[in-house]
Amino acid sequence: MAYSDKVVDHYNNPRNVGSLDKNDQTVGTGIVGAPECGDVMKLQIKVDEGGLIEDAKFKTFGCGSAIASSSLATEWLKGKTVDEAEEIKNTQIVEELNLPPVKIHCSVLAEDAIKTALNDFREKNGMPVVERKGHH
Amino acid sequence: MSLKFPIYMDYQATTPMDPRVLEEMEPYFGDKFGNAASRNHSFGWEAEKAVDDAREKLAGVIGADPREIIFTSGATESDNMALKGVAEMYKKKGNHIVTSAIEHKAIIDSAKRLETWGFDVTYIEPPEDGITTAEMVENALRDDTILVSIMAANNEVGVLNPIAEIGALCRGRGILFHTDATQGYGKIPIDVDEMNIDLLSASAHKVYGPKGVGIIYVRRRRPRVRLSAIIDGGGHERGMRSGTLNVSGIVGFGKAAELCMEEMEEENIRLTNLRDKFKATMFESLEEVYVNGHETERLSGNLNLSFPYVEGESLIMGLSDVAVSSGSACTSASLEPSYVLKSMGRGDELAHSSIRYGFGRFTTEEEIDYVAEKTTDIVNRLREMSPLYEMVKEGVDLSKVEWQSH
Repeated sequence: MAYSDKVVDHYNNPRNVGSLDKNDQTVGTGIVGAPECGDVMKLQIKVDEGGLIEDAKFKTFGCGSAIASSSLATEWLKGKTVDEAEEIKNTQIVEELNLPPVKIHCSVLAEDAIKTALNDFREKNGMPVVERKGHH
Repeated sequence: MSLKFPIYMDYQATTPMDPRVLEEMEPYFGDKFGNAASRNHSFGWEAEKAVDDAREKLAGVIGADPREIIFTSGATESDNMALKGVAEMYKKKGNHIVTSAIEHKAIIDSAKRLETWGFDVTYIEPPEDGITTAEMVENALRDDTILVSIMAANNEVGVLNPIAEIGALCRGRGILFHTDATQGYGKIPIDVDEMNIDLLSASAHKVYGPKGVGIIYVRRRRPRVRLSAIIDGGGHERGMRSGTLNVSGIVGFGKAAELCMEEMEEENIRLTNLRDKFKATMFESLEEVYVNGHETERLSGNLNLSFPYVEGESLIMGLSDVAVSSGSACTSASLEPSYVLKSMGRGDELAHSSIRYGFGRFTTEEEIDYVAEKTTDIVNRLREMSPLYEMVKEGVDLSKVEWQSH
């Protein structure tokens, strides 16, 4: 199957691969997916005192589109507030990366990872977590 | 010698035609265009002779009588004929068929069709080494079993089954034995009499011949096997398979079979050496690699490996100048990994991390070295990016994690 240029670019030059200290109060972590499904994403954010996401890191076990979706997500997260980050939608990832229908689940997983990481941060800092609609 | 890209390492999917095969076929696209069924003129006689010569060579590979070779469009059709043709013909004798869960889809889906016709099918699940033993077959047999179908060599993991033992068992019980030899024909020694094989499927394009032509061997004596036709028409091929013969394709298959016979032994030695070198390099340079299927009871041209913590499709994406195949099926909407590896109890996780390397007649040592090095680089790069690898390094037991699966 042919990959879009943007997927190939993220695969060859993934942005923000790595890990942040998950025990740090300013870090939110989201791990979603399962090995037996062929996709596991770990996405982390670090929030500064002003409430802005100053850093984001990912690690992904999955196909090229899953790697690209999470790599793109970390790019988009940086510089946003926690509430702004909540607005990132999987459809935006699909559009940006030109994902074909069989790869839409990769973008869904990335959105899930973002939201899980955001809620982890909120929970750690005594903020109300955002209820998830349509979560499986 | 310099490398030519992309490198082809998918010889279980198909093989390039041997130039000697193409040369043999060429006249049959030109002046020698006759219909082998035309009995009244030299065009027909010429075509018939060419078909008969090929039939003899093809029979020779498996120790059969040329009259026992029926031409088909390929092994998928041959497999369909074996299962549906036997079931239809022998349904008064019994209702039960035995096969395995890791057969090719041409067998599995034919068997599923037979279930809708009212037949009972037992699918043996071989253990982790992928081998279906005679004992497993024996345990599956019933008084009303009419057919056993077990492949000679598996297309994904390359594992060889003890078909002589299974054949002897079936003969002793008066049950017909079919083997799908698509991957084994011309590559491993097969003798239909010594191995008590009653029906056998093979295909030209897996042995450096053209696509679109195959055979089914149907035993004529002791016992005489009868098949109901699934394609009706002019009564060609002893009425078992009607349709004008693909003369050029058959000529090519015949030549391909002749070359296999002449070169099988030498080629197997060469390929085994290449494969073992490849395997040794991988095991030296990577820290966790698994061979899928039995270590030694396998085709010389197959190596199916799992690289834990790395997903197969992303690995293939990195191997962009190499043609290999993955047991991961992330490209399909189902997200189901290889049913072969799953049935062998490999676990979905390792099935998702598998790559099938297929070597063949035109594979060189330089190619092997290049692909081994490239695979190592990409596996290492993807592991650095893998949350699973990181967790294992931190001492997490992945089987105990509660995953948020979708």
